[in-house]
Amino acid sequence: MISMVLRRIGNAVAVMVAVAFVAFMIFQFLGDPVQLMLNEQASQAERDALRIRLGLDQNFVMQFMLFITRALHGDFGISYRNQQDVMSLIAERFPATLELVLVSTIIALSIGIPLGVYAAIRKGSPIARLLTMFSMIGVSIPSFVIGILLILIFAVQLNWLPAFGRGDVVHFGSWTTGLLTPSGRSALVMPALSLALFQISFIMRLVTAEMLEVLRTDYVKFARARGLPNRLVHFRHALRNCLMPVVTMTGMMIGDLIAFALVTETVFQWPGMGQLFVQAVMFIDMPVMAAYLMIVSAMFVTINTIVDLIYLWVDPRLRQAGAARGYHAH
Amino acid sequence: MNSLTKLSLPGLGIMAALMLPLAASATADELRWGASRDIDSLDPYSYGSTFTISTLNHVYEGLVRYDDQLKIEPALATSWDDISPGVRRFHLRQGVKFHDGAPFTADDVIASLTRVSDPKSPLRGNLPAYQGAEKIDDYTVDIKVTENYPLILNDLTNILIFDKEWLVANNATAPTDVGAGIEGYATTHANGTGPFKVVSRKPDAETVFEANKEWWDKPRHNIDRIVFTPISSPATAVAALLSGQIDYMERAPLQDIPRLKQSPGIQVLAGNELRTVFFLFNRADKLVASDTGDKNPFNDAKVREALYRAIDIDLLQKKVMRGLSRNTGSMVAPAIPGYVPELDERIGHDPEKAKALLAEAGYKEGFSFTFVCDNNVYVNEEEICQAVSSMWSRIGLKPNLDTAPTSIQTVKFESGKFDVGILGWANEPMIDSYSILVQVAHSKTGTSGVFNWGGWKDAEVDQLIDSASKELDREKRLALQSKALMKLKQNVDFLPLHQQPMAWALGPNVKSVVQLSDNKSRHWLTVLNK
Amino acid sequence: MHIDEAGQMGRMALWRQRLSEAWDSDLAYSFRGSPTALISALILLIVALTALLAPVIAVQNPYDLTQLFLDKAELPPIWSDGGESPYLLGTDVQGRDVLSAILYGSRISLLIGFASVLASMAIGIAVGLICGFAGGHVDNLLMRVGDFVLSIPTLLVAILVSALFRELLPVNLRDACAPLILMASIAITSWVQYARIVRASAMVEARKEYVLAAKILEVRTSRILLTHILPNVMTPVLVTATLNLGLAILAEATLSFLGVGMPVTQPSLGTLIRIGNQYFFSGSWWVVLFPAFQLGLIILVVNLLGDWLRDALNPKLQ
Repeated sequence: MISMVLRRIGNAVAVMVAVAFVAFMIFQFLGDPVQLMLNEQASQAERDALRIRLGLDQNFVMQFMLFITRALHGDFGISYRNQQDVMSLIAERFPATLELVLVSTIIALSIGIPLGVYAAIRKGSPIARLLTMFSMIGVSIPSFVIGILLILIFAVQLNWLPAFGRGDVVHFGSWTTGLLTPSGRSALVMPALSLALFQISFIMRLVTAEMLEVLRTDYVKFARARGLPNRLVHFRHALRNCLMPVVTMTGMMIGDLIAFALVTETVFQWPGMGQLFVQAVMFIDMPVMAAYLMIVSAMFVTINTIVDLIYLWVDPRLRQAGAARGYHAH
Repeated sequence: MNSLTKLSLPGLGIMAALMLPLAASATADELRWGASRDIDSLDPYSYGSTFTISTLNHVYEGLVRYDDQLKIEPALATSWDDISPGVRRFHLRQGVKFHDGAPFTADDVIASLTRVSDPKSPLRGNLPAYQGAEKIDDYTVDIKVTENYPLILNDLTNILIFDKEWLVANNATAPTDVGAGIEGYATTHANGTGPFKVVSRKPDAETVFEANKEWWDKPRHNIDRIVFTPISSPATAVAALLSGQIDYMERAPLQDIPRLKQSPGIQVLAGNELRTVFFLFNRADKLVASDTGDKNPFNDAKVREALYRAIDIDLLQKKVMRGLSRNTGSMVAPAIPGYVPELDERIGHDPEKAKALLAEAGYKEGFSFTFVCDNNVYVNEEEICQAVSSMWSRIGLKPNLDTAPTSIQTVKFESGKFDVGILGWANEPMIDSYSILVQVAHSKTGTSGVFNWGGWKDAEVDQLIDSASKELDREKRLALQSKALMKLKQNVDFLPLHQQPMAWALGPNVKSVVQLSDNKSRHWLTVLNK
Repeated sequence: MHIDEAGQMGRMALWRQRLSEAWDSDLAYSFRGSPTALISALILLIVALTALLAPVIAVQNPYDLTQLFLDKAELPPIWSDGGESPYLLGTDVQGRDVLSAILYGSRISLLIGFASVLASMAIGIAVGLICGFAGGHVDNLLMRVGDFVLSIPTLLVAILVSALFRELLPVNLRDACAPLILMASIAITSWVQYARIVRASAMVEARKEYVLAAKILEVRTSRILLTHILPNVMTPVLVTATLNLGLAILAEATLSFLGVGMPVTQPSLGTLIRIGNQYFFSGSWWVVLFPAFQLGLIILVVNLLGDWLRDALNPKLQ
């Protein structure tokens, strides 16, 4: 067991080193930072001095080591564009992204699970078919299209909800939340919905599939045979059994959502770190791009590792087999 | 079904909780500014960006400023006089306090001038004639410039004054050096003498200013707070203005003006800016990316004229600029000293003649070239470049349009990696055609020709500009400058398009703003409805 | 002559037989029984055909700058006031015919979608076969690479690859290479799934007796892989590919919408939506809504088909 845990953690660390290498390569091969940072009048001497200060005069391996050491200290350098410490820029934006992702996950779970259950137990009924169709449409319409339409309807035409931004936020130390102010909450509605739509459909389809599978199992048939009321069978036995994969999948999706939120953040001008990244891509702001890549990957890897470990803990069969759990596809 | 409703309850509950308070509201004394872009930094000396400096002008002030007629008036200096052809003496305003309470004195002026003229300062070019400064007493400063330099007051409107003690205490006496790997204190903090103080700043997200109750001048505004939010998508900004989420935008998209005007309570102020937008040609020996091999067709005036004649400026004005730009043959706007009406006549639109000119120059089949445009600086820039590409391709040319944000394109321009490029010049803060002549038209020598990106050189033009720089008689100087501009026009060295429009939109909370042709927001003159 | 005719008749009979066999197969039966699948396939066929024939049926080539006329800019659809023939769905701000742009844009979207799925499938199958058959260090290394690819969110990788490639290319090649870059950036994030499926099957098959027998008979490894193992894994691979096609098209649209995909001079559906968005609130709804509808429709029918295929081939769910 312990060796399995160590191996998973070892894997995660190896992946992070590889991500760091990619981030480092972005620095190495894209745009000479010296060229970008100095103005054209800078003399050769000034250029050389900057080169030495940035450690660009050292060999490749040394530079990579330096990069990793700095990254471990949360030092990703200074944004070319904002001239500010990259780490604090990202840290400032992180609460907004996390809030958006968590709220849309909660919305997705609380809408997706019931709809999925319904579609499974009433399989074939017109409403269930409609729901299945709806979930299909939900995964098919790009979230930016949904976002644009929502803005047109609810902000421009009806004037019910703000068109952009996060509204007023309340500070708790370095953390900020918009959930405690009216304007913060109303600003969250459209971004959270448009981000949740894909998830709602995804969770709904997952729950339906799992439920159908469980409903076919013998013990559910026995439970029915014993004369237990349908409701009890569905919710006490069947639903409970398919919640585990739903919860793990949702957990793993959070990592993806943090990355995917950048589309929503762009559409709604949501001041999260995804928006920061998109701006950085537009302006080829290497330090921000590299830092964002590493931070999001680190979160992604951490979440996946934790989910893996929970799986190991819950399902003893995996401990012996040691087989890698297949990754989900979406 | 019963259980289903029970299960959905938490979801619906969350939705309801989120949706209950719907209307976005502002406190009455707040101006919510939806800006087309963020300021680069809180440090006015960090980038030579007009937008950044004019926005920071709410916080920091110069020795002199433009009044609401664009005439120079006293600000932190109360008066000035010439001591000698190269020295001007400034008498400073007494009793002015910085936002942190420190008094404003001559030391602050010296420290600021030293900082702005530091070799690492990107703003050094904005003070080209500066030679040094000397403190006479606490409230008197002598500024030395190159002899007979006529425009020092104009330059100084843009040099904002820092507090020396604050700079020293925070290790910020030199401009921020990105390469050093440490943040500049002034990048994220501000301490000026201006009508507003910075309360908080999140880059790209929100900067909050509040009124400076101790301001030395009698405020004409009635604003308590300014919330400055950059909104990079103009469509989103319009939606925000329509839904009452912002009160002011300094760049209303031209296509949305009719709709904004129809909306109750929204005012649109539109006019022409001083900024002239024009195309540049690479004049090196060969082009950057072209099928012309070792030749550069743009060194032939016929080819340049062909490109000029291919452009249907009226159509561009009507469709892309929505009838709001001012077509021009001149490199400077009529309000800029040095302008004469003869400059303004355009070479006519004539695609057939253009084709003939190309053939005469030996490019009957046309040729390909790189056309570098930004997409976030000038009004409808990307659309202009696309439309012009289409017009050029119709006379047989093959432009490869490359659009990207200005920070990327500027690197290409500065290193000459373009064949045709775009530039807009407002002659700010000088408000004199000497600005464009010395910075753009002059060949790259010394401090001249900083924006001579294509390496053009005309000895006659250079000589006219050099003579103007030493001419104290205003009329004679302007005549020299007009002559230089005329010369550029005859040679088709540049390809002027128009003076671009400016359009501000005000929400119902705003009573009045002062809009001048330099297109700078001056909210110390803005009045809100109370 | 007679013999020829007879041969032809025979061939035709053979074809007829094959067709009827195909018609009677389980898959076809299920297909006929599913109106959703039928309608989706029909729509996809129409979309694909019109996209393919775009150069013939479109009134304008929206990528040819000489065909864009500014004086025809921002015309509304033909049925509203001010609409003009032949601009059926109106024009955008550069005078681009919206319908033509949609047809050409769909071409790009479908092309990039199919090409990236094929490319990732090819990479995945090759890697999977090698891993499953070779095992050992090679397997370990390639699977680690796969883990690595999966441990960075796909959208992020695609954005980075796409943006960085663009920066590296000289400007005159950039537009021409844009579809290739997009295809590559989508493909390198999605091959791992195929590799895993193929590897698992290959490992099982490799231990079976017929493979051992073939090995003893000194049949070349590549031949064993291609003729024995590959056919066995094609079903799950094809299902995955169909399901991924929708995602690939979505990914292309998202990248283009964010401004790191197809350039404005060769708009895909995502680019059209990005450009049109600026004119949406001012009343030119047709520049956004029609491309958005087409994009949603394509992804929807592809997803419906993928869903149907998966269910039809997975007897457990029936």
